[in-house]
Parts: sequence; structure tokens; C-alpha cells
Amino acid sequence: MTFPFLSAIVFAPIAASLVMLLMPGGRKNLVRSIALGAAVLNLGLSLWVYITYLTRGLTGYQFVEQYEWLPVLGITLHFGVDGMSAPLVLLTGVVMFTGVLISWGEERHGVSTGIQDRPREFFAFLFILASGVFGVFCSLDLFMLFFFYEIAVFPMYLLIVIWGWIQTREYAAMKLTLYLFIGSVVSLVGGLAMYWVAYQNTGVLTFDMLQLEQAGFSQAFQDFWFLPVFLGFAVLGGIWPFHNWSPDGHVAAPTAVSMFHAGVLMKLGAFAALRVGIMLLPEGAKTWSLLIIGLATVNVVYGAFIAFVQTDFKYVIGFSSVSHMGLVAMGFATLSREGMLGAGVQMFSHGIMTALFFAVVGMVYDRAHTRHIPDLGGFVKIMPLAAVGFIIGGLVSMGMPGFSGFIAEFPIFMGVWKAQWLVAVISIVSIVVTAAYVMLVIRRVFFGQMPEKFEGHITPITALDKVAIVTLCLLMVGIGLFPRIMVPMVQTGVENILRLLGGS
Amino acid sequence: MDYLRSHLLSLILFVPTLGALLLLLLPRRNASLLRWFSLAASLVPLGLAIWLWMQFVPDQAGFQFEEQYTWYEAIGSSLHLGVDGLSLTMVLLTTLLTPLAILASFSISDRVQPYMMLFLLLETGMLGVFMALDLLIFFVFWEIGLVPMYFLINQWGSSNRDYASLKFMIYTMGGSLGLLLGIQLLGVLFGTFDLVALYDGWNALNEGVLLGMSVGTVKAIAFWAFVIAFAIKVPVWPFHTWLPDAHTEAPTAGSMILAGVLLKLGAYGFLRLVLPLYPEQARVFAGALALLATGAIVFGAFGSFGQKDFKRLVAYSSVNHMGFVVLGIAAAALARGTSDAHIALNGAVLQMFNHGLSAAGMFFLVGVIYERTHTRNLDEFGGLFPVLPIYGGILLYTSMASLGLPGLNGFVSEFLVVRGSWPLLTVYTAVSMLGLLFTGAYILKAIYKVLHGPANEHWTHGEHKVAEISVREIIVMAPLMVLILWIGVWPAWILDVINKAVVALF
Repeated sequence: MTFPFLSAIVFAPIAASLVMLLMPGGRKNLVRSIALGAAVLNLGLSLWVYITYLTRGLTGYQFVEQYEWLPVLGITLHFGVDGMSAPLVLLTGVVMFTGVLISWGEERHGVSTGIQDRPREFFAFLFILASGVFGVFCSLDLFMLFFFYEIAVFPMYLLIVIWGWIQTREYAAMKLTLYLFIGSVVSLVGGLAMYWVAYQNTGVLTFDMLQLEQAGFSQAFQDFWFLPVFLGFAVLGGIWPFHNWSPDGHVAAPTAVSMFHAGVLMKLGAFAALRVGIMLLPEGAKTWSLLIIGLATVNVVYGAFIAFVQTDFKYVIGFSSVSHMGLVAMGFATLSREGMLGAGVQMFSHGIMTALFFAVVGMVYDRAHTRHIPDLGGFVKIMPLAAVGFIIGGLVSMGMPGFSGFIAEFPIFMGVWKAQWLVAVISIVSIVVTAAYVMLVIRRVFFGQMPEKFEGHITPITALDKVAIVTLCLLMVGIGLFPRIMVPMVQTGVENILRLLGGS
Repeated sequence: MDYLRSHLLSLILFVPTLGALLLLLLPRRNASLLRWFSLAASLVPLGLAIWLWMQFVPDQAGFQFEEQYTWYEAIGSSLHLGVDGLSLTMVLLTTLLTPLAILASFSISDRVQPYMMLFLLLETGMLGVFMALDLLIFFVFWEIGLVPMYFLINQWGSSNRDYASLKFMIYTMGGSLGLLLGIQLLGVLFGTFDLVALYDGWNALNEGVLLGMSVGTVKAIAFWAFVIAFAIKVPVWPFHTWLPDAHTEAPTAGSMILAGVLLKLGAYGFLRLVLPLYPEQARVFAGALALLATGAIVFGAFGSFGQKDFKRLVAYSSVNHMGFVVLGIAAAALARGTSDAHIALNGAVLQMFNHGLSAAGMFFLVGVIYERTHTRNLDEFGGLFPVLPIYGGILLYTSMASLGLPGLNGFVSEFLVVRGSWPLLTVYTAVSMLGLLFTGAYILKAIYKVLHGPANEHWTHGEHKVAEISVREIIVMAPLMVLILWIGVWPAWILDVINKAVVALF
């Protein structure tokens, strides 16, 4: 029997969180070490899965495991990754690792950074969330996908409401949780409808998505259920007009949670919308493709403009996520080879980029205690590496060639040309708007004169922070210069989807 | 040696990047080590480029020293490099100006390490555009060069740098959006970005309906999308307004590269992409191009004449001189394949090279005097010739090259452009030649204001007495001055390469 890599990836974080809860809460560094150890383990495992998939030129679902769970209802614990989900598993591993690093923090000269308040509970909740995320990316069973989806969403509420930004955390946590629960309930109803109709069609009770793909749903059924299922999940992907929870949630969350939230959780929504919406209801997807593209266009363009006018450092990044996740939805909705390829890479690229953004915002905020952009300035002198990291992230976000953002956005636009060329012409405006706000933010926060009240009070970032920044930057530059370390893999995932779509 | 030969282009392209990465390993505080190392890192590509020039066979049509590596297979793009006579000239110009600009930057003492790294990365960006035989790779390098230039202006520029750098960035990126869309369209249509394949495929596509419009309409729109992207970079009037700001605010070496090489990227885009991809549209719209070129020549000269700031004056002169490049291109677009068109294009390409030499020289000389006086206001100079005889002589010489004095390089190229365009675009050429009159006027004005007239006692006597040009600064100017004279009296060595490429291509 081969080693159950995916089960290990999914359940290791929960195990680690139980271990942490058994430790004495006062021993902060012990708890942190356990968290870091578990994060490194998970990163290693997901890296192993990723590299194996890539270097062996694998296709289809790999590392498949299946265990009985509730046979009466046709529910099994069925894990497997394909070219679309393996990069996301790696993404989660990376964000988990860097999230723990930047949450470690320190207390020096009266400045406390990272998480100093009850780190034991913080990491425990964060790791339960991580298990949920891994579970969604690995699940091949619809029921389990919903199961892990809810596990990922709920700890978010606690993490924000307890460790969040004191001014808005109750409001933001409530808003976020309600939005996401409502969205997932709508999708769940669609999932149950599929389960039931598949039973009527085939006489087999199963939640197994590989079997549901073959269930032969009628055109009318697909047309009816595609929108609720897709949009229900896409709420978490931040699709307009249901994006409203996301900037508030990002801003209120503590740094590591924002990284998880924008870096991974939004991918969860987009991935589930793809996995359940498009792959199980491909005919419905064809019917509604243009509508989704239209909504995503609003995301892309409107999100960029709204980000441009923000004065809160973290809100700028929050709205930039709305804009960039719009590109993901747009790419998938084109249902074309290029579009979906780009969207797959964009999920990874945006995850890394936005994790980096939020990490740097957190480093600045922890020291300056303000995120009001006009009050900041000159931070490059104290934290040059953070500034360089933010600049690289900024270049990724404006789709600068040589970085991963370009590798992702260019094929998305090619896909859009095939679907509806006017949308390409309209959305391309977002590139230059993004360039403008990114450059302005970089200049105002990191360059220029540091306000006098900060002189001498700002401490440099820690060594662990530096490790996190360098890791994230290397990934973005690596993919930008050598697309072959990710693209061939996503391509195999796309082929699988195209097969379901009838090879368009 | 064989390895060297077969990887010559990628070596020239990536040695500067490698140098930039190695700079990271050197101690940050040791400024002179960083400077000398950067200079060495930029001399290697120059040496290789000279060797490339000697190995290059002008008579052989098509691209030489081709190299191809997989890059983004999924969408049909590969790192495909190669040079012909056009790109070779530009590669030589770039590799020549970069070490000079780095030598000129030895006076920079603020954050030397990132400064030099940005400069070397900029060199890779520029060279990549000239070597790319893949449309997507062309765009990659085209955009990537913006980033180092933005930060060079934004971090090491003068007082109004924030405004100028953002304007430069947004203008160029905004202008490139149409180009980006056009590239996407071509990629979607043909499934490849290889230039040679695209030339054939796109030109064979003449009839039918595309995107709900006739192919002709789509091509006309795409033509203008390409033209605007490149016209902003050249810059052609009325898209030039970013240039005076960016040039004026950039540090001296940044201005040298901006005027010397970056503007050529735009003109090169016309030659490499617009004319081959849109021969028909280029012929139809040649008149409009010529009109814009004439506008650039005339208004550039007037604009230059009206400046009080020495650096702005030189900046506007770039608009004026690059106008001749575009005029030559317009003439070639109108009557492709005729000998007049070939003459005009020869002139245009040579003018690109020549302007690179003289504009870089002029900006450097402005920088030299600015470093000593901390002013660029022409009214505050005057009568400096007796105090600065060597500097004065060099300034006079370089100005004369810029003015187009026979015997120096500018005359050769401008004459060729005018001679080639005259039969094709008589009125525009005639008006442009009147513009040339004002070229003389603004250059003489600059010389008069700085070197002659009543001496400004502030600079000629006492504690503020300006120092003569230093040996290092003379070394920066020397190669430029030699080439200016060499091309002026014996242009055959370079025109031979250019001419054969032009005849083969157009």
C-alpha cells in the first residue's frame, strides 16, 4: 500500500491543532514551534505531491484514496488531485507556512508584531481552517467537498472576531459568515438536486463526483441549476455583485488570516464553482457563460477603479483581490483552453501575490498602527526587503511580463477574445488602472519622507518575516520566467474539463 | 568558441542580468567596487556585440545567430532570438551606450547597488526587444524595460520626479494596451507568436469577416493600435508630452539611455512589426504618419527653441530628430520596394543610430554642467567658454553633430531621409526642411546662452568657479565623438549593413 499522501495533508493540520490545544497556553514559543513544524510538514507533503505530478508528466486524478464513510447514502471519503487542484494544494501549503512565519512576531521596544495574544488558540483555529481548505481541494466526493467547505468557513468567524481589527471585526465577521453560508446553502441545494436526479437517472445513490459527471443531467436541469450552484460558490470567489463581504473581511482579519482568506479561501470559491458548477453541469455552463463573463468584467474593471480611490492600505489590497479574482471567474467562464489555463495559473499566482501583500501590510500596520496611506511614508529605509517584496507583488498584480501575473492573465485574455472580444477590450483598461494604484501606493508608503512621529519607533522586520517574503517572491518570479514549472500541469487539468465540455 | 558562437545572442542578452544578480553579493557599502563591477559587466556585452558585428554576414538575407528555447509552449511562444542588419545596429548602439551611461553614473553616490542593478536590468530589457523574433517575447521585454526606468527616474531623479516617472509609466503602459490586444488577437488567430509565421499568416489573411467586421477594418484598427503604442515611445507629435518631463527629471545616465536607446524601441517597432505586418494599411495611412512626423520635426524645433531649461531644450530636440526617423518610415510605407524608399529607410535607421550617439552625448554634457552649477536655467549661464575651453569644444562639436553639420554623422542620415522622401512626400519634406532651420536656431541659442555672451561672474570667478570637464567625463564622450566623426566622413561601414537589411526586408 502506498503512503496516503492526501489524507496526511488533509488531516495533519487538525492533528497539529489538537496537539497544540493540549499544550500549556503560556508556552507561546512551544506552541509556535509545533505550528511551524506542522506547517513545514504540510508544505513538504504538498510539494512532494506537486513535484511528483509535474515531473512524472501525470494526467487525470492521482494519489487517489477512497474509504467508506456512509455507504447507505453513497458517501465516501474520496481524495485525488488533478492538474487543476495540485497547484492549489501547494498554494495552501505555502500560505500556511508563510502565515505561521509572519504570525510568530516579537515584542521589542514596546512594539508587538505578529500574534502575541493567545497564539495557541489562534494557530489551532487557523489549522482547522487549513484542514478544511486542503479537504476541499482534494475531495472527489460532493458531500465531502461541502463538509470541508463549511469547516474552512467557520473558524474564519472566530479568527476575525477574536483577533481581528477592533473597529470593524464584529461587523465584518458576521457579514462574511452570513454571505458565505447563504452562498454555500444555495449551492448545497443544487448539490442535493444533482444527487437525487442522478439517482433517478442511474439508480445509484452516490455523491461521487466522478460518477455524477456521467449522470446525464438534462439540458433543462443543467440550465436551471447551474447559476445557483456556480454563483453560490462564486460568492466566496468574490464575484460581483456578491463581493461585498470580501474587502471588509480582509481588512478586519488579522494578518495571517487575511493571507489565508484572500490567498486561499477565495480560490476555494472559484475552485468549487469550477469543480461543481462547470464540471458537473457543463451544458448549463455553456448557456450562462456570457452572463458570468459579464459579471466578471464588472469585477475586473470596477474592482480596479475602487481600489484606486481607497486611502486605507489594506482596503487597496482588498479591492485588488476583487479585481483579480474577477479574472479567474472570467477565464473559467470562457470555457476555452486558454482561458481556463490562465485562470488556473491565476488562482495560484494571485494566492501567492495577495498573501505577500497582506503580509507586508501587516508588517507595516503592526509598527505604524495606522493604515491611512497619507500618514505613511519612507518605510523602505527600515524594511527594504518588505518594500522589494511589495514592489514585486505589485508588478505581478499589474500583469508585468516576467512575473507570474502575466503568465496567468495573457491566456485569460486570449480565451476572452474567443468568447467575446469586446470584453477583452474593456477589461484591458484594468491593467493600466492597476499599474497606477500600485505605483502610487508603493511611492506613498515606502518612499518619500517618513513622518516624524515614526522616526526611531519603527523596528525592522524579523528574520522569519524575511523568509516568508523571499519564499513568496521566488515563486512569483520563478513561474514568470519559467512557466513550465506550472503550466503543463494545469494544462492536463484543463484537458479534463474540456473533455467534459465535449472538447470545445 | 563554438559554444560562444551558438549562444552569442543569449549571452549578450543575459550577461547584464547575471551582473545585476552578482551585484547583490558584493558589499553594499563599497561603492567603487560596485561601480567598477557594473562597468565590467556592461563591457562584456559590448565586446560580444562587436564580435557579433564582425561575424555577421550582411549579404545573407534573413536572421542570423538564431537561437530558440522553449518558454510558454501552451500558448505557442518560445524564446526565439535572432538579428538582422536592423537589430544588429540597435544592439551595437545599446551595448555601446550602456557602459558609457554607467561610467557617467560614477558620480552617483546614493544607493549605488540598486541603481546599478536597475541599469543592468534595463540593458537586458532593451536588448531583448531588439533580438526578439517572437511577438510575445518582444512584448515581454518591451514592458519589462519600463520598470527599471520608472525606478531610476522615481528614485534618482530631480525635483519633479514623482510626476514625471508616473506619467512615463502610465503613458507607455496605456499606449501599449492596444499593442497587447493586437498581440492577443494574432495569437488567438494563429496559435503561435513566431514573427516569421505571423508575417506570412497575417498578410495572407485579406478577405472575410473577423469579429463581426471585415478583415480590412480589423486590420486598420489593429494597425492604429500598434502605431499608437510605438508612436508614444518614439515619440511622435502629439504623443510626446511625457518625454520632456521624463528626460528632464531623470538622472543624467537615465536621460542618456532614454534618448539614446528607449526612443529607438518605438522606431524599431515600426520597422519590425508595423511595416511587415501591415504593408497595405501602412501605405494607406502613410500620409497621416508623414503629417505627424512633420509635426514632430517642426513643433519639436519650436518647442526646443522656447525652452529656458537646458535639459528640456535637449529633450525637445529628440522629438525634432526622431521626427526624421518617422518621416523616413512614412516614405518607405508609401512606396515600398522603390529605391527612394530604400534611401529614406537607410537614412531613418542611420538616424536612429546617430541620434543615439548625439542625444546621449548632449544629455551627458548637460549633466556635466548641472553637476557643477546645480542649475539648468540657460539664463544663469553665459560666457563660460574661456573658463571651460575643453568642455566648450566638446559641447560645440556634439551640438554641430546634432544640428547636422556636413562631415559629422547627423548630416548623412538626415540627408538620406530627405533625399528619399522628397520624391514621395514632397510637401511634408519641404516643410520639415524648414523645421531644420529652427533646429539650427535652437542649437545656436543653447551654445550662445551657455558658452558665449556676457560672462556670468558667479561661475567664472571666486568660490563658485566651475571646474573643467574631468578625465572620466572625457572618456565617456570620447567613443561618441569618434563615432560621430567616423560616420560623418565614412558612413559606408555601417550603411552597408543597414542597406542590405533594408533592401532585403522592404
